[in-house]
Amino acid sequence: MNEKKICSICKEKPATIFLSKISSDNKKQDWDLCDACAKAKGVDTDPAAFLVADADIMLGLGASQELDPSAGAVEVKCARCGFSQADFKKSGRLGCPECYRTFAEGLAGLLKTMHKGTRHIGKAPEVLRATRETVDRLKSLQKKLAKAVGEEDYEMAASVRDEIKTMGGAAPAKAR
Amino acid sequence: MKDIHQFLCSPAESTHRHGPHDRIVMSSRVRLARNLRDHAFPGWAKKPERVKVLETVLPAVAALPEMSDSFAEAMDNLTALDKQLLVERHLISREHAAKNVGSGLVVNRAETFSVMINEEDHLRMQALRPGFQTREAWQAVDRLDSALEKKLNFAFDNELGYLTACPTNLGTGIRVSAMLHLPGLVLAEQINPIIQSVNKLGLAVRGLYGEGTEALGNVFQVSNQMTLGESETAIVERLEKVLSQIIEHEENARQTLMEKKPKLVLNHIGRAYGILANAHSISSKETMNQLSFLRLGVDLELFPGTQRSLVDELFLSTQPAHLQKQVSDKLSAEERDLIRADMMRERLKNVSRPLVKPAARAAN
Repeated sequence: MNEKKICSICKEKPATIFLSKISSDNKKQDWDLCDACAKAKGVDTDPAAFLVADADIMLGLGASQELDPSAGAVEVKCARCGFSQADFKKSGRLGCPECYRTFAEGLAGLLKTMHKGTRHIGKAPEVLRATRETVDRLKSLQKKLAKAVGEEDYEMAASVRDEIKTMGGAAPAKAR
Repeated sequence: MKDIHQFLCSPAESTHRHGPHDRIVMSSRVRLARNLRDHAFPGWAKKPERVKVLETVLPAVAALPEMSDSFAEAMDNLTALDKQLLVERHLISREHAAKNVGSGLVVNRAETFSVMINEEDHLRMQALRPGFQTREAWQAVDRLDSALEKKLNFAFDNELGYLTACPTNLGTGIRVSAMLHLPGLVLAEQINPIIQSVNKLGLAVRGLYGEGTEALGNVFQVSNQMTLGESETAIVERLEKVLSQIIEHEENARQTLMEKKPKLVLNHIGRAYGILANAHSISSKETMNQLSFLRLGVDLELFPGTQRSLVDELFLSTQPAHLQKQVSDKLSAEERDLIRADMMRERLKNVSRPLVKPAARAAN
């Protein structure tokens, strides 16, 4: 168990990635790979090829990022509560509401596999409901504007622009 | 301090609460997960922060009109027995029962609302209803949430919705669930394919006390898993459809069994009656499993004059904490088994042996 395994491709460097492939006829094939060979074989670009815990995939620990040697040892921590990726790996829970922004990038993929969609549909606190509707409306108007411009329908573009103006915002406020 | 055992009504009273389809759907519940914007989630917050959250949330919840007659207490003021009693009533989760300083509970006397403070999230509020009333439970908890959001700043993101400690609850933070008694599907060996197809629809099937528990007494909990990207009402409606189908399958399984394998069914019911009415020592697990068949016997009209509520009452009152609360001395598990059997024999004294045909047809 403690014996150091050597990469089964270059037969030189120590293996750091251990892949087991089970084919449809239940035959198991094991690969012990070093970082460089794994990358060369393209396994790092396909996280689905790994049997990595959800938590790893979630915060980008499992696949490409960990394999990237240029990724430094700097650990991302939530500025508000000090929660780190390693903490998430341990508990599967986040530290505070702000963590959803801190780890947004890594979360996006996980949320996609976990839920029906990635955007909330449903109830919102009443105080935010009006803002939420305004933001949605502005977003859809901006899309309409871009489409009109793209189609060189300047009459339509002008009318949509006026509509945006009357709503009192040049651009939609950042979603959060 | 109020005693939770004194506060809650007796098992006898509580099992006289009826609802639609309660022959199969024992209860419905909807819970919402909410967190305060400016505090770390309970699992990450240090003790002083958790205490602060509790001191903010508990009075706000207790002051709601729905909670005018309520039990509001910090978890460290409850004994292990009190907490177990609350778990047996399905008013708190087993996880919450393990909490102490910095966590709390508000439950109303009618047991229609229960709010856990600093469980996995700052607030886990739930509405409970007897029988198949998922929609009513959603409407009730929705009102409670709307009243609370006026007093507390909930963490909400325009894209992600309500922010929760675990990403699996993100968005609506809703869990709609129903507790189902499915002895027919179990006896007909149809339960596993049903569970599998329900799972495929993105719904979870769990045991009596939720996540990771056994389906004691043929009781299963069905609930939604996804919370983001679908509205609360859509989730409630989807669950309602699936539940209606499960109810139909259970009714069909019972009918088919009685037509094709009546001996199998009657054997289970007769043995259950024999054991429960005559045992001198019985564990809580065996009691629940046998009571399930007694309940089925009542549903099939094999025990004329016996109400389902008697079985439901025994189901609750014979569980460890409920049993312990009825006697003054501290009981060992073995002593509880003796007392449980005594109680069962006494309560079933006036219940006659099961008929071999349903009462209605036997009368003809």
